[in-house]
Amino acid sequence: METIQQLKPKDYKSDVPPIWCAGCGDYGVLASLTMAFSLNNVKPSDTVLVSGIGCSSRLPYFVTTFGMHTCHGRALPVATGIKLARPDLRVVVVGGDGDHFSIGGGHLPHAARKNIDLLLIVMDNSIYGLTKGQVAPTSRPGMVTTTTPYGSLDLPVNPVAYALVYGASFVAQSFSSNTKLTADLIGKALNHKGFAFINVISPCPTFNKVDTFEYYKPLLKNIDEIHPDKGDKVRALSLAMTMGKENGEVPIGLFYQEERPTYIEMIQEIKIKNKGTDHPDLERIMDILRP
Amino acid sequence: MGKDIVIRIGGEGGEGVISTGDMLAQAAARAGLEVLTFRTFPAEIKGGYAMYQLRISTEKILSQGDTFHVCVAFNGEAYEMNKDLLTPGTVLVYDSPGGDFQSEPIEGVIQYPVPMTKISKVDLGSLLSKNMVALGAVMQLFSFPVDSLKDLIKAKFKKKGEPVVEMNLRALEAGAEYVRSHLKKVDRFYVQPAQPREDRIMLSGNEAVGLGALVAGCRFFSCYPITPATDIANWLSRHLPKVNGVVVQAEDEIASLGQVIGASFAGVKAMTGTSGPGLDLMVELLGFASMAELPIVIADVQRGGPSTGLPTKSEQADLFLAAKGGHGDFPRIVLAAATIEDCFYLTIEAFNLAERYQIPVILLSDGALASRTEKIKRPDLSKIRIINREAYSGNGEYQRYAVTETGVSPVSIPGQAGGRYIATGLEHSETAAPKYSPDYHEKMTEKRFRKIAAIEDEFPEPECEGDEGGDLGIISWGLTQCAVKEAMRECADRGLRVRALYPKLVFPVPVKAIRRFASTVKKVLIPELNYQGQFAELVAAHAGVSAIRFNLYGGLPFTPAQIREKITEVIK
Repeated sequence: METIQQLKPKDYKSDVPPIWCAGCGDYGVLASLTMAFSLNNVKPSDTVLVSGIGCSSRLPYFVTTFGMHTCHGRALPVATGIKLARPDLRVVVVGGDGDHFSIGGGHLPHAARKNIDLLLIVMDNSIYGLTKGQVAPTSRPGMVTTTTPYGSLDLPVNPVAYALVYGASFVAQSFSSNTKLTADLIGKALNHKGFAFINVISPCPTFNKVDTFEYYKPLLKNIDEIHPDKGDKVRALSLAMTMGKENGEVPIGLFYQEERPTYIEMIQEIKIKNKGTDHPDLERIMDILRP
Repeated sequence: MGKDIVIRIGGEGGEGVISTGDMLAQAAARAGLEVLTFRTFPAEIKGGYAMYQLRISTEKILSQGDTFHVCVAFNGEAYEMNKDLLTPGTVLVYDSPGGDFQSEPIEGVIQYPVPMTKISKVDLGSLLSKNMVALGAVMQLFSFPVDSLKDLIKAKFKKKGEPVVEMNLRALEAGAEYVRSHLKKVDRFYVQPAQPREDRIMLSGNEAVGLGALVAGCRFFSCYPITPATDIANWLSRHLPKVNGVVVQAEDEIASLGQVIGASFAGVKAMTGTSGPGLDLMVELLGFASMAELPIVIADVQRGGPSTGLPTKSEQADLFLAAKGGHGDFPRIVLAAATIEDCFYLTIEAFNLAERYQIPVILLSDGALASRTEKIKRPDLSKIRIINREAYSGNGEYQRYAVTETGVSPVSIPGQAGGRYIATGLEHSETAAPKYSPDYHEKMTEKRFRKIAAIEDEFPEPECEGDEGGDLGIISWGLTQCAVKEAMRECADRGLRVRALYPKLVFPVPVKAIRRFASTVKKVLIPELNYQGQFAELVAAHAGVSAIRFNLYGGLPFTPAQIREKITEVIK
């Protein structure tokens, strides 16, 4: 068997320098991703990174894998198409909370419940950075932004609970500066069979002066200590709904993991039942249309 | 009598109107006759007026025809809807006595009352068999092939068990027997005997699109249910797994096109089928596909718009959207199908063009074409040419968007080690890196448009009929071509000097063919099913040919008679 020399994290970095601000949390996610790719022997040419629009969605340019930088909110459907058409490829979706909980918020439930075999990493900064500081779906109530000068009126989305109730089979949360944990979770997710979701809290030092590294640091809590049974969905949901930045503690780590058939496996069964072949007799299919 | 017979069946939706029509159509087709059907549905599941019309002939049928010869009315509403269309010499078969209405004598109209409700309810004990009683009566009255119908009933109800088959056969016989013992045939319509021909298939427009996709090599189809396009998905869902293909019902139309784009990027031929409201939602990603130069096919089965509009009716009013919808400048190709054959062959052509030019191709069909079934010559698959995208060779420094003379650059797919690139909606350089400088935006826009600059020369020349130097030239597109073709036959018989051009490529507008055509006739007429004269506007803008417009926008296709009358009026 051919042995492939293990690539180092830097080997996964393209020669395009990131365009992020100094101190942006997304650097941590990029570092964690390349670290996890290296540790898990990911082959760049068989991997596709798919993103939508936003600061974090620029990430595919900075990595040596294939990539798609699609429209705002549409990364998940595009990634779903790639994976279903070519199950041999490894597909990772990256993007922000705006992409996945606002404009594209309708797609995550369906990728999750279909258990599409891909990994979604959301870089959650609770602000729209690319458009210079508007309220985001995970912004806290009352947050002052350029479009909410009198404070945000909206209840924030709870990313972990959202993914759990829609049936994601792997749900985790991390913090961008904790690259070791993030890389470890990405590695686990890459080896998970089915739809994996990791919400990485990734502060925006430029436009979000509230949800900062300093703010989060004392709140972060390793979930493993209080939640050892990763198959306990009710407990996972309960933790997701009761802990949070407003409640004084932010759990990070793996919330939930289950094994259930993936969409691709189920489609494969349908193909087998139908004696699916790459060299079909089209005349026989046309025979069905005889009057 | 004439060589064809047109039978219209009307009743309440859900009452068996469609299945009765389908049975008659299938039986006639099996017996070797040419068949073309036309139907209108209510938008509701149960209730509302449903109509099924079938035209049967020993010769190739061009359109649904002008009107009907026989009307079968299941209820009072069907009678009310059609009584003014009953002309001397036509026939009315209706539910009486015991139905929900009384017909009035209409001069010259032959009436056959058949107590469909009574026979089914009282004699057979099940109102569900009413349509079979009607079927039996129609079969007897117009000499439909009995054996074919019986075989069809057996096949259709086999799964429900022997008693159900028996009950339906009894109902069929009861209807026929009533005619034999109570009615005397005084009309002149009957189904002509014919020789069955082996090399025929019978399918709807939507099924033909599905079959075309399958033959073209489409192996990924994603959709969101929408009338009147859903049958494409229904058909492919059953058959695509046989060729290792995948059909997905996505959460919305945006997601369907997103998935199709992803599949295409991954190297698999992919398609979606939708109608106007769905295409509206897809427009942003349509621009993305054009920008990222990914081959995709969208079938838009047009319905009446705008907004929810007339979901079950026909219109040719999505042309502007298909040809021009979207922000920014980007190329796309729009084809329009007129017949069941077109639905098949143009779907294959759509894939070939998409692959060849790495571009989105939209195939326009419409509600009437989608649901009409027709017997067509079985396609000879050995004669069909399939084109695949120009692949990256794997050698040398790869430039995904290399600027070439034709505008087309070789494309890599994931898995090709040297072919790595980021498909992007941002303006980009040759290597797909974001690049917004004025010279690049101009250079890349030109590159993308250059791909289809000569599309007209590379696409088959549009069919043209009639003599040069005509008094009138008709340019039609989509389903309207059927009515024009049939009208043209009579023009020839009457010695009118009329020409007709039948483009299938509607955007980019085939300007050379249209200018050439216009120069050979005194006036140009463009009939189309929309209010604005969408094709006429495109023809004026792109080819500089101004035409007399003839627009219908009620939701029903043109009849040959409407075209003939217009021709006479314009020539005068």
